[in-house]
Amino acid sequence: MIISTPKGREELAALLAEYHSLYIIGCGACATVCKVGGEDEVFATQEWLEENGHEVVGSMVLEEACHIMRAARELRRCKAQIDEADALLILSCGAGVQSISNCVDKRVLAGVNSLFLGNIRRFGEFEEKCSLCGDCILSETAGICPVTNCAKGMLNGPCGGMEDGHCEADELRDCAWLKIYQRLEKQRRHGVFERVVEPKDWAKKFKPGQHRLDKNGDKK
Amino acid sequence: MSRLADKLARQQFVVTAEIAPPKGIDVAPALAKAEVLRDMDAINVTDNQGACMRMSPLVLSRLLVEQGFDPILQITCRDRNRMALQSDLLGAAAMGIENLLLLTGDHPKFGDHKASRPVFDLDSVQLLKAVERLQQGVDMAGKQLSEAPHFFSGAAVAPAAEPQALTLKKFKKKINCGAEFFQTQAVFQRTQLESFIAEAKQFQVPVILGVLLLKNVRMANFLNKNIPGVQVPQDLLQRLEDAVNPLQEGVRIAREMVALAREFCQGVHLMTFGQENLIPQILAE
Repeated sequence: MIISTPKGREELAALLAEYHSLYIIGCGACATVCKVGGEDEVFATQEWLEENGHEVVGSMVLEEACHIMRAARELRRCKAQIDEADALLILSCGAGVQSISNCVDKRVLAGVNSLFLGNIRRFGEFEEKCSLCGDCILSETAGICPVTNCAKGMLNGPCGGMEDGHCEADELRDCAWLKIYQRLEKQRRHGVFERVVEPKDWAKKFKPGQHRLDKNGDKK
Repeated sequence: MSRLADKLARQQFVVTAEIAPPKGIDVAPALAKAEVLRDMDAINVTDNQGACMRMSPLVLSRLLVEQGFDPILQITCRDRNRMALQSDLLGAAAMGIENLLLLTGDHPKFGDHKASRPVFDLDSVQLLKAVERLQQGVDMAGKQLSEAPHFFSGAAVAPAAEPQALTLKKFKKKINCGAEFFQTQAVFQRTQLESFIAEAKQFQVPVILGVLLLKNVRMANFLNKNIPGVQVPQDLLQRLEDAVNPLQEGVRIAREMVALAREFCQGVHLMTFGQENLIPQILAE
């Protein structure tokens, strides 16, 4: 799930200052779970905008804003209202914002900051576990990702800053490499310590990412 | 062969110290400090130490070479990707810099440019291996170099870090990737060093012990709180606290560590923080 936080009211006010009438778009997927772009937040944002002298010409919550074709279809249905707006305020992750900018010529304003691909611990608690690096070594690291969980993304063991098992960059967090080591010990194997892990192949993380499957589900 | 490499090869006890490049363009104070350290076997030149931006250590190292010093150029992976690291390494070799200390580097969160993007394209182990390959005349892309550089590659180790078995795994990886000598993080306890050396000595790679001059208990507490990997134990804090002259007590502690180094290691790396005049006392047997 994409974890995002709302932009502060002050920043948002500055962003919206030159636009009077707005159309608000939320997202029913991650943004709803993160409480930044679900129905409640779209409604609250509408109230806040109207209190601050803006006109809200309409709003919608897309089922999944990241779905490019579906988002375009939904937006076409509300074309008349959208045409009335000076700009669209989008309360979804950056991917969702771009599904929308892809199919309308209107200005789109991003109302939230997208943070990371996150796991959910419990309601309102999200943790980054995977960096989508395109070159997974989890099988060798006892299922703990050093690329993400180590502040320096080290691949060959802990740095010299580990103290009492804590990370030098955040003393409230355990050193990822200590956890990897302990788990491998428990599994009675050496795993990643058996070899020198080569530098990451960042060519696999070519930007912008694109991935297409053929009819059999294989990569085209 | 650098003087440091030569002396270590002949199993002589070495003494190193460090200077930081200036935050500015006047190198005179740094060179003056180097002059005070003239008797050292080699001088480390730190690389944006503590993640605080300063002049390139490559430049200061070259100036030290010109003044007849034997610098140890510190290179961290924090600020440069693999291309920039390799090009700096070739530049270093072209300028007569031979000794390297290859480090991962402190996280930017400790420094004065907290918003900078941490690079860490390589880690210290991978950097050591890259240096080894450059010396074989091949870069990380497998391309031939017109001439291969020659280096004396050093790495860091924290003997006091627990669990020691994990520290040793990393230590071994560094040796396998070409580490020819080690400089350690500051150590304050005999037992930790003893058990580390017991395991490490089989690899026969020289270990230079980090010895840090504690000036007073306030400084020791500061180190414990703020410097990754440095832990001053309680009994030493107490000694500094009780001392009539804490600085002299600090010198005494440092001297004890030097004695340990003479017993277990091939040298000491002194961190004296402006008290270089006390180095002869610290080294006195």
